[in-house]
Amino acid sequence: MNKIVEKEYFSEKIVKIVVEAPLIAKSRKPGNFVILRVGEKGERIPLTIAGADVERGTIDLVVQKMGVSSTKVCDLEVGEYITDLVGPLGKPTEIHNLGTILCCGGGVGNAPLLPIVEAYKKAGNKVITILAARNKDLIILEDEMRKHSDELIIMTDDGSYGKKGLITEGMEEVIKREKIDECVTIGPAIMMKFCSLLTKKYEIPTVASLNSIMVDGTGMCGACRVTVGGKTKFTCVDGPEFDAHQIDFEEMMSRLGGYKKEEVDKFDQFQK
Amino acid sequence: MERSEEYIKNERKQDWRVALQKKIKAKDRMSIERALMAETAPELRITSQRIEVNIGLTQEQALTEASRCMDCVNPTCMEGCPVSINIPKFIKNIERGEILEAASVLKETSALPAVCGRVCPQELQCEQKCFYVEKLNQPAVAIGYLERFAADFERESGHISTPEMVAANGIKVAVIGSGPSGLSFAGDMAKLGYDVTVFEALHEIGGVLKYGIPEFRLPNAVVDVEIESLRRMGVKFITNYIVGQTASLDDLKADGYKAFYVGSGAGLPRFMNIPGENANGILSSNEYLTRVNLMGADSEESDTPVLRGKNVVVVGGGNTAMDSVRTAKRLGAERAMIVYRRSEEEMPARVEEVHHAKQEGVEFLTLTNPIEYIADENGRVSQMKVQKMELGEPDSSGRRRPVPVEGSEYILDCEVVVVAVGVSPNPLIPNSVEGLEVSKWGTIEVVKDKMQSSIPELFAGGDIVRGGATVILAMGDGRKAAKNMDIYLTEQYLSN
Repeated sequence: MNKIVEKEYFSEKIVKIVVEAPLIAKSRKPGNFVILRVGEKGERIPLTIAGADVERGTIDLVVQKMGVSSTKVCDLEVGEYITDLVGPLGKPTEIHNLGTILCCGGGVGNAPLLPIVEAYKKAGNKVITILAARNKDLIILEDEMRKHSDELIIMTDDGSYGKKGLITEGMEEVIKREKIDECVTIGPAIMMKFCSLLTKKYEIPTVASLNSIMVDGTGMCGACRVTVGGKTKFTCVDGPEFDAHQIDFEEMMSRLGGYKKEEVDKFDQFQK
Repeated sequence: MERSEEYIKNERKQDWRVALQKKIKAKDRMSIERALMAETAPELRITSQRIEVNIGLTQEQALTEASRCMDCVNPTCMEGCPVSINIPKFIKNIERGEILEAASVLKETSALPAVCGRVCPQELQCEQKCFYVEKLNQPAVAIGYLERFAADFERESGHISTPEMVAANGIKVAVIGSGPSGLSFAGDMAKLGYDVTVFEALHEIGGVLKYGIPEFRLPNAVVDVEIESLRRMGVKFITNYIVGQTASLDDLKADGYKAFYVGSGAGLPRFMNIPGENANGILSSNEYLTRVNLMGADSEESDTPVLRGKNVVVVGGGNTAMDSVRTAKRLGAERAMIVYRRSEEEMPARVEEVHHAKQEGVEFLTLTNPIEYIADENGRVSQMKVQKMELGEPDSSGRRRPVPVEGSEYILDCEVVVVAVGVSPNPLIPNSVEGLEVSKWGTIEVVKDKMQSSIPELFAGGDIVRGGATVILAMGDGRKAAKNMDIYLTEQYLSN
């Protein structure tokens, strides 16, 4: 059982929770995730670690209300417990001093991007970060990102904050302006796909962090399998980060909807 | 704890055993027919994942069956048991009506008798070595049924015994993985006085006993009682802890752990790498069974979803395939089918499981192999292309190799496909321990019969050493490892 010690609403549907997990706080690296479960009937769901405080023995998780399980996590109050929490899982991000890194986050994907931005900066890179969302309310972690980035660009679909337009428009502007050595993208699958198509055109090595459906998160079931470079990989143990130009995004997006009907049914039942 | 041959022979000469031996003439014992296990009717049991198929023997049946046992001078049955249960001693206790005593005999060597009585392939182990089979060509004494009877009797009586324990020696040992191998090891080490902690990655203890084997063969409640027994013996359990990730082996050493037993299993599912295999609706047996058995997805109240379909195909012929296809039937499949590339004769599944599956209406498409999956416009599998096979020359495993029949392809409708073609060792531990010798198949290399790895304080057993094998072999490895780790630790820390 892991206690929630802090909770912050980024928006009505996006919540940051700080959870006691001293061992995970100590051993986690950027790119790692956890699997958690709320309640004895709860489902196991993956969440990327957005930050950690080793001294306090806590990790930060950012959750967006989507279905039954994420709503249950978001509804937990300070002092309440997460029934099960295991990690850190997955391979950590490979951080090197490469030169200039373009970090692209979409929506709630900004949370897992934060520790990666931090680590790239710390390794001596020039970090340009682009945060994108549908509107101003959905832009999260702006101050933290600014702190660790050399430049921060904000893009909103409706122009309610920062520049108006899609993330790829912001990216292309930067790419045309200066040499980018590597690009990292985390966000909705469709966004990562278009980021990847763009950087492929400019031949910029790109890493995407995938948010596949998972059950155990330890390589045991293959629910999270994805085709990378023509080969089947398990996101939980071989990833979650892969060479974006090798990922079969169409298949990945289709697999994300693999339990759509069952999920909707469960959510309807839950709301009653 | 190990009993010498001498000791076992002397036990046979105890007054009560001698009296029983004389009570019934050998000829009369041999004329009794083997007990039949009562079963829940197929029409009823397929309505729920949670109705146990085998009901167990009645006390009357058990006492009669126990009297079939000849109490052999040289009990060959024990050679067939990987954990060397003192079989005649527990059976004779049943015969004289001391059933709690019989249960405590089981616990001398086995941490999980209620489990083994249910899932061991006795026909290939103890029962194959029974006097009746070896000398009379008659059905063996139903050792498995009797083991289950004694263990269930004890559990239901509420008088659960704790085995004999050696005084605590304060030496900490860690077990990695809480499946049958780790639990068997933990039980033996606790009896030997060690301070045992079991680390488990999942949120429940039991490994394959919980996530793999369905409730209709092995109720989780039965497993929990056996785990509770280990707790009472002082074994500590830590869930949600992945050694090598949550903390390293070195961290555990710094915490005072002197030795390690890796029983992390063969949890990595194999796929066939044929076109379309990543379509929605195609999943590994591990995923399918975990969703249902560990997460309770068959129940409305569970948050975990499971895919249901009218036509469900399970690919494979092992026990996992049988468990999956019978689960599909219970989730409402109209056609639950096994697609297996060899013939029924070569199926590695237990004959009993195949029989039960057939009773439940499972269709067997043998000498048939999938070659491609076809998805609908939503990316969900709707059909599979299969090919007929014929048997050719025997391969290295001694089984006749299946050879495709040209032009025999045809299409099968299916909305859910479960792939149960085997598992590989889970790489998490082998990858996280430096200097550990691993085979090209990813299994941990150990000195045979000692279960000691290239790192002296690290022992391993079960599927992480064998690849995919059985519950009881995993438990046998746990016993061997405990015996040898005790010798190792005694030399290192206790000999002066």
